Amino acid sequence: MTTLIVIILYLCLLLGLGFFSSRLFRGTSKDYFVASHSIGPFLLLMSVFGTTMTAFALVGSTGKSFERGIGTYGLMASISGLVHAGIFFLIGIRLWAFGKKYGYITQIQFFRARFESDGLGYLLFPILVLLVVPYLLIGIIGAGKTIEPVTAGAFTEIFTNPTAPQWLGGIPPWLTGLVVSLVVLTYVFMGGSRGAAYANTFQTIVFMVMGVVAFVYIINGLGGMEQAGKVPARITEKGIIVQDYQFDKTTKELVKNEKPKPIGRVTDSTTVDLSNKQPHLARTPIQVEFKKKNPKTGVISSFERELGIPFITFLSYFFIPLSVGMFPHLFQHWLTAKSAKAFRLTVIAHPLCIMVVWVPCVLVGVWASGVLPPGIPPPAVLSAMLNLLVGDPVLTGLLTAGVLAAIMSSLDSQFLCLGTIFTNDIVIHRAGKNKYSDKQVILIARVFIVVIVALTYVLAMWAKNANVFDLAIWCFSGFSALFPVVFAALYWKRATKEGAFASIIAALISWLYFFHLSGYGGELVIGPGIIPAAVCFAVAAIAMVLVSLLTKPPTEETLQKFFPSAKKL
Amino acid sequence: MKKRVIWFLFLLLFIVHQDFWWWDDAFLVFDFLPIGLAFHAGFSIVCAILGWAAIKYAWPHDLERFAEENNDEENAI
Repeated sequence: MTTLIVIILYLCLLLGLGFFSSRLFRGTSKDYFVASHSIGPFLLLMSVFGTTMTAFALVGSTGKSFERGIGTYGLMASISGLVHAGIFFLIGIRLWAFGKKYGYITQIQFFRARFESDGLGYLLFPILVLLVVPYLLIGIIGAGKTIEPVTAGAFTEIFTNPTAPQWLGGIPPWLTGLVVSLVVLTYVFMGGSRGAAYANTFQTIVFMVMGVVAFVYIINGLGGMEQAGKVPARITEKGIIVQDYQFDKTTKELVKNEKPKPIGRVTDSTTVDLSNKQPHLARTPIQVEFKKKNPKTGVISSFERELGIPFITFLSYFFIPLSVGMFPHLFQHWLTAKSAKAFRLTVIAHPLCIMVVWVPCVLVGVWASGVLPPGIPPPAVLSAMLNLLVGDPVLTGLLTAGVLAAIMSSLDSQFLCLGTIFTNDIVIHRAGKNKYSDKQVILIARVFIVVIVALTYVLAMWAKNANVFDLAIWCFSGFSALFPVVFAALYWKRATKEGAFASIIAALISWLYFFHLSGYGGELVIGPGIIPAAVCFAVAAIAMVLVSLLTKPPTEETLQKFFPSAKKL
Repeated sequence: MKKRVIWFLFLLLFIVHQDFWWWDDAFLVFDFLPIGLAFHAGFSIVCAILGWAAIKYAWPHDLERFAEENNDEENAI
């Protein structure tokens, strides 16, 4: 119950911030959509970082390193530091400049003007919505999955049908999803993009601080850093994977097992000598077989897992962070910047913020391999480590608030961006900009945001058992496949309307093909370990180049507008 | 020239990121931090330094000026 009270207090605080930021709202559509281009460096950094980091930053990173080891950081975090910063510098500032100069509020407005095509907007709109909606589902489903275990036992009389027997009395996912949706809706509805920027800043600080606090408590629980380094699971001379330590709940100390506890065995490896190696500390792939117990039936079964990361997969993961170049919600955040200089802090500090959040989480996941049962669901690893090693309800509540903060700081921007693109790219675009007053435009956006929140909630309840983190990678892959369009639009004069159409259609078809092969959201690698995003990107880039070269170049007027001469630029 | 150096450093960092030399090394720096993770944490710091260098030596001053002067926003869209 204490945990739940802490979470409720946090949500109330967030609503209070929503009311505060709504008082700063200037009442114009420009302020509602892009905060009148008034956001300074710190708010921009926090809102961009908070938007790009979902629940994956805390919960997913810990779970992934529990499964695969330290390679998780290089695979998803450090490469993102390089690529994201590069995109903010090369794409973000340039799009901000055109947005400021020509008054664009959405990506589609920019692409329509650059490629001289209305139809391109109608093609892009459903694709962007289709890719953002699963991203929204990730947040709502992830929130539900996070809250139920940590509030288990709080309402045993009311919530009698838990997802797993041990979570009896916990807040059910449908209620968490509803509350989270309503809280985000409230502050986005009131404050628009300025409200989202303030809320994001607050929430990003919360989840960064809570990640570090949880890390410190877990280290103390393990008996200090040096001791923690010995904890990860180990392979014996016979290829058995063992845990050398266990946490004694009575003495609250980590104690060495008299005999190492076997938890699995190596089934395949290219490394000759694995004896006494701790596989989570390196990245060479090995196949292992673990056993797990079904919590409902008690039946023990075995499952296979690949520890480490194949080199080709590691290499091709470069294509995933390219997705930020095409995130419509990030485009909108870029447009809120007061000046190009506001980007400077983001370019420098974004990789450091990633490091502060991800390094502790990856370490916790690695250490968890030595004290938690291998069959535990990866998203539950962080809370399980806290429950085991700390067990303090206030801290658990604060950490859960941190996870919710990471989730909601992405949800708000995505809801707002869908409202923005629908209002500007469909309604106003079709009706003409003089058809509606400024107040009516804000009203249309707000109504659409309410509708999209409601639809997303219903969809999330329908897809509540989906693996949210695999779904996230598919969303990123789709946006990565569209990256050649934005890059060519900004840097290649010869890129044509037909090239853009071909590239988007090629990206869509290849993405749908691989998504189908994956069983609609599962893990999929091609050949020696290439991820689908790399192939979709290549197909889309080739289509852009070939079709552009075969078709008529853009008009001189368009080229002068987007590629001003050196004197002007 | 300075922009080319920044581009070169970006590509160099991409290659360095692959880190195949410590791929299978589980050595613990300060007895708790796996060397592969320590390397990539350091890599993140170097990315921040590259970002600083890009801002200092390859900042798009002309683009910034272009966006700020004679704003066409009132007539656009």
